[in-house]
Amino acid sequence: MSNDQALINYTLRLADNALILSQRMIELVAAAPELEEELANANFALDFIGQARLFYSYAGELEGKGRGEDDFAFMRDENEFCNLLLLEQPNGHFGDALVRQFLFEAFYGHLLDALTHCSDKGLAEIAARAIKEVKYHCRHSSQWLVRLGDGTELSHECVQVSLDDVWRYTGEMFVADEIDTAIQENIDGPDLGAIRALWKRDVEKTVAEATLRLPVDEWMASGGKQGQHSEHLGFMLAEMQYLQRSFPGETW
Amino acid sequence: MSKQEWPLYEVFIRSKSGLSHRHAGSIHATDDQMALDNARDTYTRRCEGVSLWVVRSDRIIASDPAETAAFFEPAEDKIYRHPTFYEIPDGVENL
Repeated sequence: MSNDQALINYTLRLADNALILSQRMIELVAAAPELEEELANANFALDFIGQARLFYSYAGELEGKGRGEDDFAFMRDENEFCNLLLLEQPNGHFGDALVRQFLFEAFYGHLLDALTHCSDKGLAEIAARAIKEVKYHCRHSSQWLVRLGDGTELSHECVQVSLDDVWRYTGEMFVADEIDTAIQENIDGPDLGAIRALWKRDVEKTVAEATLRLPVDEWMASGGKQGQHSEHLGFMLAEMQYLQRSFPGETW
Repeated sequence: MSKQEWPLYEVFIRSKSGLSHRHAGSIHATDDQMALDNARDTYTRRCEGVSLWVVRSDRIIASDPAETAAFFEPAEDKIYRHPTFYEIPDGVENL
């Protein structure tokens, strides 16, 4: 794979992560337990859509074939999406969605931080803008994890199950394939090994504060980054892409 | 599970440096940190502020509406407390 192609694919991964997570969060709109949490969730989903748009536009620019953000978001099939499996997992209850958010953003914050220092100006600029949003999200989700874990007996038990259930999707974040390696070498991009150490440190700290038990690393699911998804993504895309597929090019 | 209302907090926003915090509204939260987050997410989405204060509503000591007369009306007939009896010399711009 050429260096240019690796950069395009890598940018699309970042875009897909942001888009798929935001789509999951949008499913929660009007279903939050409290009005204030409702606003927070919708705000965060919008932050991610904003990031996805920037990454898609940049990927289109790099590719130079005239594809724009809508083409990437709405006209690609399931096996062309390269988001992490973790992000397409169903929302479940409030604790499930929160744990997914917490585990991803603890990783994503460090990833963006590394990208702000990479030699590709386009990615560095988007990362610098996104990291401010993500730092706030991390604060929000960490506090909630502590609240639920160190809350009532019921909330503790529920959120521990959430953590155990979703843990198998965390390994994929740190497994570098040829695209990750190319990005690290070509543009001084993120070192996933180093990010794993930072992620582990942060997650362990918050999980301990939440009086929860860190799950044991056993079998880890992977394949999302390469377009092999769980059964959930197809249904998500069917809903998300329906309008553009039925009425191509339709606008507000 | 019983539905219990979360405590109420009052939100104050400083719109820019140099100005004082002004009351913006109220939010519900279970603790102080959540109150700050909720205030941020509810009231500063459109660049409304550079600083936030939150305080639990039940910690505010408020005057009693029933005592409004005793509290405030005595000031009404003491117009000499307003500096309106001074003649302003010509040429004074900033007063």
